[in-house]
Amino acid sequence: MGRRSIVTKDFSRSMQNSSSHLRSKPSLWSYTHLDGPLLVLLLLLCAFGLFVLYSASAQDSGYVLRQAIRMGIGLLAMIFIAQISPMFLERWAPWVYALGILLLIGVLLFGVGAKGAQRWLALPGFRIQPSEIIKVILPLTVAYCLAGRPLPPTFKQCALALILIALPTGLIMKQPDLGTSLVIASSGVFVLLFSGVRWRYIFLALGSAAACLPLLWMFMKDYQKQRVMTFLDPESDPLGSGWNIIQSKTAIGSGGFSGKGWLEGTQSQLNFLPESHTDFIIAVLAEEQGLIGVSALIGLYSLIIARGLWMASQISDSFGRLVCGSIVLTFFVFIFVNIGMVSGILPVVGLPLPLMSYGGTSIVTLLMGFGVIMSVHTHRNVVI
Amino acid sequence: MSGYARFKDHPEERRTFQLRAVIAFLLVLVAMSALLSRMYFLQVLENERYSSISDKNRIQLKPEKPTRGLIFDRSGVLIADNKPSYNVTILKEEMDGNLDQIVAQVGEIIEISKRDLERFNKRLKRRRRPYESVLLRSRLSVEEIAKLSVNYHRLPGVRVEADLIRVYPYGETLVHAMGYVGRINEKELKNVDERNYSATNYIGKLGIEKYYEQELHGTVGMRKVETNARGRVMRVLENIEPIPGKDIQLSIDLPLQQITEKLLVGEKASVVAIDPQTGGILALVSTPGYDPNLFVTGISNKDYSALRESPDLPLFNRALRGGYPPGSTIKAISALAAIDSGSVPETHTVFDPGFYIIADDRYKRKYRDWKRGGHGTVGINLALAQSCDVWFYDAAHKTGVDNISYYMDMFGLGKVTSLDMPEAIPALLPTKSWKKRRYKQAWYPGDSLNLSIGQGYLVATPLQLATSAMLLANRGVWKQPKLLMGYRDVDEQGNVSLTQPDMQGRNPVPENIQLKNPKHWDVVIDGMVAVVHGKRGTARKLGKESPYIMAGKTGTAQVVGIKQGERYDKSKLKKKFQDHALFIAFAPLDDPKIAIAVVVENGGGGSSTAAPIAKKVMDAYLLGVDPEQQEWGGEVL
Repeated sequence: MGRRSIVTKDFSRSMQNSSSHLRSKPSLWSYTHLDGPLLVLLLLLCAFGLFVLYSASAQDSGYVLRQAIRMGIGLLAMIFIAQISPMFLERWAPWVYALGILLLIGVLLFGVGAKGAQRWLALPGFRIQPSEIIKVILPLTVAYCLAGRPLPPTFKQCALALILIALPTGLIMKQPDLGTSLVIASSGVFVLLFSGVRWRYIFLALGSAAACLPLLWMFMKDYQKQRVMTFLDPESDPLGSGWNIIQSKTAIGSGGFSGKGWLEGTQSQLNFLPESHTDFIIAVLAEEQGLIGVSALIGLYSLIIARGLWMASQISDSFGRLVCGSIVLTFFVFIFVNIGMVSGILPVVGLPLPLMSYGGTSIVTLLMGFGVIMSVHTHRNVVI
Repeated sequence: MSGYARFKDHPEERRTFQLRAVIAFLLVLVAMSALLSRMYFLQVLENERYSSISDKNRIQLKPEKPTRGLIFDRSGVLIADNKPSYNVTILKEEMDGNLDQIVAQVGEIIEISKRDLERFNKRLKRRRRPYESVLLRSRLSVEEIAKLSVNYHRLPGVRVEADLIRVYPYGETLVHAMGYVGRINEKELKNVDERNYSATNYIGKLGIEKYYEQELHGTVGMRKVETNARGRVMRVLENIEPIPGKDIQLSIDLPLQQITEKLLVGEKASVVAIDPQTGGILALVSTPGYDPNLFVTGISNKDYSALRESPDLPLFNRALRGGYPPGSTIKAISALAAIDSGSVPETHTVFDPGFYIIADDRYKRKYRDWKRGGHGTVGINLALAQSCDVWFYDAAHKTGVDNISYYMDMFGLGKVTSLDMPEAIPALLPTKSWKKRRYKQAWYPGDSLNLSIGQGYLVATPLQLATSAMLLANRGVWKQPKLLMGYRDVDEQGNVSLTQPDMQGRNPVPENIQLKNPKHWDVVIDGMVAVVHGKRGTARKLGKESPYIMAGKTGTAQVVGIKQGERYDKSKLKKKFQDHALFIAFAPLDDPKIAIAVVVENGGGGSSTAAPIAKKVMDAYLLGVDPEQQEWGGEVL
């Protein structure tokens, strides 16, 4: 199946784009396979992130340095991936996916971790977190599975795609890591949605998902239930699990319109705000820079999303489009869930704020995702 | 559709994607606006509410304890000091639930008694602010501090804190005069302004420390501090310094107190000496005493039960709470009542055959004189000098209980007249109505007889007896007995000034005693002078070669009743059944500087035991004579 689909696609692509690359001379950007506006926006976001992190980490330049190094690694990975042909990614996606699933099963059997969750697989010399691999590879795999056939996908293809999504989602949920499984599931579902699944199926799925919510409740771990309960009524346990959300709302609310000033946020500087440099970093921004700072950040995120979606819609082959669309919307899911959680309109789910929160893997995988977008976008004219 | 092979329709697929991308972007914009409006709600509409929560979060008021006022004696000798002491405290919040384990670890390093643990657990249960440490053990030695600090890293939340604690350098000598402080307990906290005591660990438990607690304590200070979520102070925003407690100066004369204490060594006895011109107490001794320093940080069970179970009752403040039949020391007042009420003339004489029988008594009950053979014909002066019971029996029978208790009441018997001795008891002054209430019995004529010689129902404390001596010395002018001389201030040049306290709301001073004929004072005081300086005075031994003239009255109070027809034989009685020896006096006669009451439990006779002690105390005060240099006879008169 794989071979045949590639052949068809190669043929059609060369047909369709045969004249486009002759129209314009290759620019610097197409030569480096990068996208200028997106790169500038991402660099702006990184700089903003380091600026807030300095304050959120109690003015520890060590944190800022380590974060900057990670961003550097992430950007290098992004540039490297941008050079890779999407054909290569498409070809390898199913195999990496299979490996990822095996590793996830390995985590469940031999994994290590902290606070009751097993997320890592300890190999001699280093530790890996297979859920991060799956995060990158799942949209590629689902897109690979759908884009080879004419779209919109048939019911059979949809079912296959849903199995591909459900498998890692279920495994990661068992770790348990609700946030990541949510992100992974949605990244797969986005591929399906962009592929042109009929609206009536979409609404049907939404309806049955709503019906399944009580089932989900039954499978949730106690601490996850606790989080939901706390979300519904944070005052019920103000010193326990409600503490985080009360303190973050206080930080945000006390920031006001223009904020208390950089390094002047009492909630964050005096440690009332938990996890101020990781998941709750937006509260630091909101406290110190006020509504202005938050609006600037949300504006920046919106621009990145807009640019990403625009780039995706410029892509001529289905595989690339689906992958790019999914990556951009997954980026959005991180933003929405994180800010929603910190501001108290969503339950506490441990998701970092993209390129703002301190933490290694998420920065690198996110930038790798943007690398994929750039790769697909700039390789559109290349005929193999 | 099925049945036909489908081909990829690229433009169509791309259109589908673009449509959905636009829809997705619109949804993203809606979601972003939702987030922004949530932020707007929190940051603009609810800003005020969260700002105040945030301020409450970070700003805390930390109370700072004031330094307790010092106590000085009348010449400025420091008699209650504050010294640093080191305590080990526990901060529960830093222990992550390992409290018991860590306390046990501390117990392996330094000694923690069961009682310390008991008290620690009690304190732990009390309401307290978060991050307020709880005392585990006080008075660490230097060695213990060192041992603890070596192990600090293993003991999160364990701290060694310095605190000022009360130290009484003269220990036992002043305990009954001054009282002591101890750790404040929950009940006491309820009776004080809790805010003012929010940082205080000690409170006056007894005596002066209790009575002047408010002044000695001072006013709590407040530091408005910014703290982090773990309660650590990051910045001081505002500082209201605590106002230290007032230093107070007592009228106690420390050397006199020490001399008096030495004179009473080995006795269960009490001496109260008052300056009649001010009412200031010069010495207030009750022996045996105990070391108040034991009580400051909490006395051990062993020490406490030893004190409590001692047959000599060291915890008992005899000077203020010891109720004794005053015996013949009361006769000065009985005599005054008899002549000033007009019941008998001041020239009244009685023939004393050694006993007295009430004229209309059917049973012809004999009221004995202390002297078996009697004193012969006796007037008021000789009656006082010789302590002739029969003269008083006769006078009392004619005076009646109402008059006697009226006069005794004016002298402060049966009530608390002193200012600042919270433990003082009113003791008992019997009246007709009291007897009716108490015993449902009529007042018999014999009761009046007993009353007039200080036996029977009448009970007085050494403080009350000293007060009566002071009133005789002052000829009825009341000066309220008190320990306080004033609040002590030292200015920059080192000049000491004393300010008088505001007496409002405190125990009022009784009205001065107005006699119908003021000359009656002289009659009675002459009799008291004759006790010491008269040829036949019961305490004439004291008067010999005395450079000043003193007026006094001996007393011997029975502990066990002597049946009709029996004799009191001192040698046959065990010490604890021997009579109490009493003596009241003042001197010098023309310008009284000291009035004194001495009570020696089971001391035998007033003239033999109590009077010499009083004389030595007076010599020490008036002449500056150290009694250790002199030998005084204690022979029976």
